[in-house]
Amino acid sequence: MLRLEKRKNPSRGWAIASPVVAVLATMIAGGIMFAILGSDPIEAIRTIFWDPIFNPQFASYSRPQLLVKAGPLILIAIGLAMGFRAGIWNIGAEGQYIMGAIIGGGVGLAFYPLDAWWIFPLMVICGGLGGALWALIPAILKAKFNTNEILVSLLLVYVAENILAAMSLGLLRNPEGQGFPGSRNFKSYDAAHNDFLIPSLGMHWGVVFAFVAVAVAWYVMRYHQFGFRLRVLGESARAARFAGVKPGRMVIFAFVISGLLAGLAGLFEVTGPGGQITDSFNSGYGFTAIIVAFLGRLNPLGILAGGLLLGLTYIGGELAQLMLNLPGASIQAFQGMLLFFLLATELFTNYRVRIGK
Amino acid sequence: MNHPLLRLDGLTKAYPGVIANDDVSFDIRAGEIHALLGENGAGKSTLVKMIYGLVQPDTGKMELNGGGFAPSAPRVARTSGVAMVFQHFSLFDALSVAENIALGMEQPPKPAALAGRITDVSNAYGLPLDPARLVGDLSAGERQRVEIIRCLLQDPKLLIMDEPTSVLTPQEVATLFTTLRKLRDEGTAILYISHKLEEIRALCETATILRGGKKVATCDPREQSASQLAEMMVGTSVTPASGAQTTTGSVVLRVDGLSLPPQSAFGTSLKDIQFTLSSGEVLGIGGVAGNGQDELLACLSGEVTTRATTLHFEGQDVSALGPNARRARGILAAPEERLGHAAAPDMSLTENAVLTGAVREGLAPNGIIQWGKARAFAERVIRAFDVRTPGPGVAARSLSGGNLQKFVVGREILQNPKVFVVNQPTWGVDAAAAATIRQALVDLAAGGAAVIVISQDLDELMEISTGFAALNAGRLSPTVPMRGLTLESIGLMLGGADAAA
Repeated sequence: MLRLEKRKNPSRGWAIASPVVAVLATMIAGGIMFAILGSDPIEAIRTIFWDPIFNPQFASYSRPQLLVKAGPLILIAIGLAMGFRAGIWNIGAEGQYIMGAIIGGGVGLAFYPLDAWWIFPLMVICGGLGGALWALIPAILKAKFNTNEILVSLLLVYVAENILAAMSLGLLRNPEGQGFPGSRNFKSYDAAHNDFLIPSLGMHWGVVFAFVAVAVAWYVMRYHQFGFRLRVLGESARAARFAGVKPGRMVIFAFVISGLLAGLAGLFEVTGPGGQITDSFNSGYGFTAIIVAFLGRLNPLGILAGGLLLGLTYIGGELAQLMLNLPGASIQAFQGMLLFFLLATELFTNYRVRIGK
Repeated sequence: MNHPLLRLDGLTKAYPGVIANDDVSFDIRAGEIHALLGENGAGKSTLVKMIYGLVQPDTGKMELNGGGFAPSAPRVARTSGVAMVFQHFSLFDALSVAENIALGMEQPPKPAALAGRITDVSNAYGLPLDPARLVGDLSAGERQRVEIIRCLLQDPKLLIMDEPTSVLTPQEVATLFTTLRKLRDEGTAILYISHKLEEIRALCETATILRGGKKVATCDPREQSASQLAEMMVGTSVTPASGAQTTTGSVVLRVDGLSLPPQSAFGTSLKDIQFTLSSGEVLGIGGVAGNGQDELLACLSGEVTTRATTLHFEGQDVSALGPNARRARGILAAPEERLGHAAAPDMSLTENAVLTGAVREGLAPNGIIQWGKARAFAERVIRAFDVRTPGPGVAARSLSGGNLQKFVVGREILQNPKVFVVNQPTWGVDAAAAATIRQALVDLAAGGAAVIVISQDLDELMEISTGFAALNAGRLSPTVPMRGLTLESIGLMLGGADAAA
């Protein structure tokens, strides 16, 4: 019989090896599934993991898509992970992402057609503030009245979605849009357009912010007292209070940071790859980022890798559907396998397997 | 008798880097109270875990009543007639006694029938307990009764008790001993783990002593003196802390009219506490757990702030200051619960050094943590207090209780406190380590600091305190000089009577 035994100290080796093992296990299990479906498993795996980046036939389209997809996921996940480390559960990043896009985008549209250099920076600031303010609602309710932040932040997503629908049909509707819902297209308003900085890589300001956020978050969690306090609070609330941490204040900080980053992600998306505020421009990045945060073990560098990996399976998955006629459900199953193996192998960081009774 | 009840033969269990038990063999006969003695880390816990099926030996075997016995899980051990009362209770505050007991049973009978059986057993063994009461309202002694009755309902042949008296008042200890002797007379074997040598000499017929994972001796404790037993445990002779008889200086801490409503459903309120504390003084605060000890420590450490003017330090009102502001001024504390309060379990010792040392040791100037400096500080604590650990990088939870206690107390003492408040400084700590900690507290006071020791161990308080006050139902008695107090007068104070009478 196999038994799990808790390790006295977490294994460093496994912490590093487990993602590699997980990806290999996914390739094997996924390969078997693709073979049963009648495709060449090696070709399918190559199409998902290799072709989007390196196959000259597809790379010109799909390579930029990688950062376009991974950028917002990473940016949002970095903020969420800081709170998650402290046991503060912001599940409503999707709503904060929407509010950032509406407020930041709305401020930009208010100046149309003025052409000035400060418009886009102002939009960025307002986008971040919009997300942060939306996140403050569950944070203050939690800190003052101890409401459940999971529930409040999640329900505010649906409120934000309704505001988004109202905005794209009403206040922010393009006056020259022949009655179609949706705002003016930011691609045709240069002062407010988040254009690609390096088109061949998909690099835009949102991706730059995501990379900066990774570096700053890594430093803060490792070297700054604020990051240390977040970690202590997540470990043990009582020990944290003994160390002088004020839990209510940490709730506010964690929500403001994650809301700010989610709001920024929304603003960069809507003014860049998204193009306009419509009632359906949000595509679930705020929820997927929760997966990315845990995929990265709540560690900023892990989130960077996790965001890129998840982004890759999305693009590669689309490619495989297109090229190999694989059913969409099989791609989702493949992504599910990846998550399963990543989380399953993480267990061995803290536990060892014992054989015997 | 032909067979002993339980025969341990060459039990060995190794963990990475340490041999917890090395070829341990001894017999436990039916109807005896058998003491298991040893320092922290001597391998007592591992040994009883093997008997109770929580871990399996690497080599060696056990025989129960002459038959092979290799429990793969506690459930198997329980069906074979082995029961255990743990040092830390696993009870739910919000459930009743009967509900708690039903939770631990494989096939609990109907509630009414169970309540009847609980009452029967509790009457038969002199353990008064109302099955309908909420566990949250029970004293530590009564909670232990719940655990004992839970075991007795299984009709055990061997009852293992891990440090059962550390949470009890002298009266409760007497009740417990009566129960244990009655069980023994009925043929139940009891394996009794304790640090209190006098207790063992009073209660047990046989004692097995472990040191460094090996069996040192099996002897009759009644024929040995306490210091002989201690020497066998430690390997060298143990000297008690030299009493604190320093002259006291000026008043550093003044507590006046400190009251606190209960912080949780089962918390205790503090009622109009007042005392003064001078430098060089060791104030011993006695009392049974649950009478406001945790709450008092929280008020002094700054985890809970109280009404203005209730707390003066060196003449200044510090009532509104949080823990770190108080640390900056020199008020340090070490709470009772080591894991999860004084230390974060999954964090390394270095990180735990930052937990309280950041302010006074300057480990985080401008908010940037200096990990090198923090590590050096953790290493200093480890060296100064002989904390047995592979290094400061290991998780706090991987240390044994006594070693972690040395680290937690040492971490505060090395920061040169002006006022040091410690709750249960030697709870679950072996004799040698306890002596080290007590000596450090005495030395701290001799160096001019004021020390408050909150403890249930009256011997400890008599050994190191200069003054004594009793905490009872959230009220603190006036402080009286320790010199001249007898156990009897202390007992009266704990009961709420005025010591001056």
